[in-house]
Amino acid sequence: MSQVRALVGTKKGAFVLTSDGKRDKWEISGPFFAGWEIYHMKGSPVDPNRIYASQTSGWFGQLLQASNDGGKTWYQPGVKPEDAGPPVFPGKASNRFVYDASAESGKPLTTHQWYDGTQHPWEFKRVWHIEPSLTEANTVYAGVEDAAIFRSTDGGESWHEMPGLRGHGTGPGWQPGAGGMCLHTIILDPRDPERIYIAISAAGAFRSDDGGKSWKPINKGLYSKYIPNPTAEVGHCVHHIAMNPNRPGTLFMQKHWDVMRSDDAGDNWTKISGNLPTDFGFVIDINSNDPETVYVVPIKSDSEHFPLEGKLRVYRSKTGGNEWEELSKGLPDNCYVNVLRDAMAVDQLDQCGVYFGTTGGQVYVSPDGGDTWKPIVHDLPGVLSVEVQTIA
Amino acid sequence: MPIHTIHVQIPYHLRNLARVDGDVTLEVTAPVTIASVLDALETRYPMLRGTIREHDTLKRRPFLRFFACEEDLTHDPTDKPLPDAVVGGKEPFLIIGAIAGG
Repeated sequence: MSQVRALVGTKKGAFVLTSDGKRDKWEISGPFFAGWEIYHMKGSPVDPNRIYASQTSGWFGQLLQASNDGGKTWYQPGVKPEDAGPPVFPGKASNRFVYDASAESGKPLTTHQWYDGTQHPWEFKRVWHIEPSLTEANTVYAGVEDAAIFRSTDGGESWHEMPGLRGHGTGPGWQPGAGGMCLHTIILDPRDPERIYIAISAAGAFRSDDGGKSWKPINKGLYSKYIPNPTAEVGHCVHHIAMNPNRPGTLFMQKHWDVMRSDDAGDNWTKISGNLPTDFGFVIDINSNDPETVYVVPIKSDSEHFPLEGKLRVYRSKTGGNEWEELSKGLPDNCYVNVLRDAMAVDQLDQCGVYFGTTGGQVYVSPDGGDTWKPIVHDLPGVLSVEVQTIA
Repeated sequence: MPIHTIHVQIPYHLRNLARVDGDVTLEVTAPVTIASVLDALETRYPMLRGTIREHDTLKRRPFLRFFACEEDLTHDPTDKPLPDAVVGGKEPFLIIGAIAGG
């Protein structure tokens, strides 16, 4: 029987939640890395027991952890004393994220827009998102703050920036959102290994069609009132993008405000907020069995990061947008939490399960595509991310 | 070059990373300085690289402090010799996480 494994990153450690295909009874393990912020965890599609975790701290900086047994035990890649050698810097290290400034790469620009509009140098802060390769267990991508994309081809032992993104020319127009200037979304196209999508807050969405060597902004159709030119090529605060791997050309986006859709790989976007009570939010995801069924969690506003009227609700569209239905069975009222951008996921079972975690420490599951919900856990630390693996 | 036995106290989270219970004892080749102690610490425990000082620049992380013999050495030059009591192994070199957040 199939199993599902939810990887939950929180403000104070990592948790692994497992269940059988009924998704009724759950086993909770953790906290792993107690006391550390775990921004994101994700398993390799090639080897589901290989899981990567981003571990970070305001005191001690960034670390990367990996597991080869589905999250039971963890290791820091490349730090065995016999492997690491003397402390000659620069060296190989799983937490060494150094921006590319080499002549070979064309010396990517080194400043972006600061909150006050002045230019500010790029400074590495943390890894927001980890995206394992679809074909190689030891290849993994990392989206970082300040925004850039890195790649490791040795299981996370060493990282190298893919400099074409920062170097393509629009960087001076990128600016940090309230959470920092983070590259939070990485989507790999299962049908075209050369195609990668990324999204940055607040810069927008970008696409590479040559395996990450070159990039272009894909923000046509976005409208953002908080930038001088609301239809500018870059500067948009994209919160999250989702793709159903069965239809890779179609993307759904939760922008700061506005829920958007593209059917041409991001070249053009159309607003699909329709009858949503508010179209501010962070998460968006797609039913694994139906690429036209989309889920969002509306949040009241950018000033009040909690659900409208304190009613935590998921909204589902079965029509690819515009027509949305409120899903409330099992979800609470008097609830003033947020659902952060990487904290929603779906499984791959015949009846798609939908999952999300809140800043209040609840992780909810719907084993029936959103019709009914129940909490897997009530009282974790604030949830930063949720990913789900379906294991045969 | 003489080799000194140095005791180093590291924060709770770094002890967990290094998988040690208490103070760390290191063999450090003279001269014993902040830099040479951190070099020895990171050689013995490579999982700590990047957590106390940044990769490449070796710049101290801003929320970490260095104390010894009831003195704050945080802003001393990293190549300045540490106090004799630390070099002699009588007093530990302390790496402290700054109090922040209440």
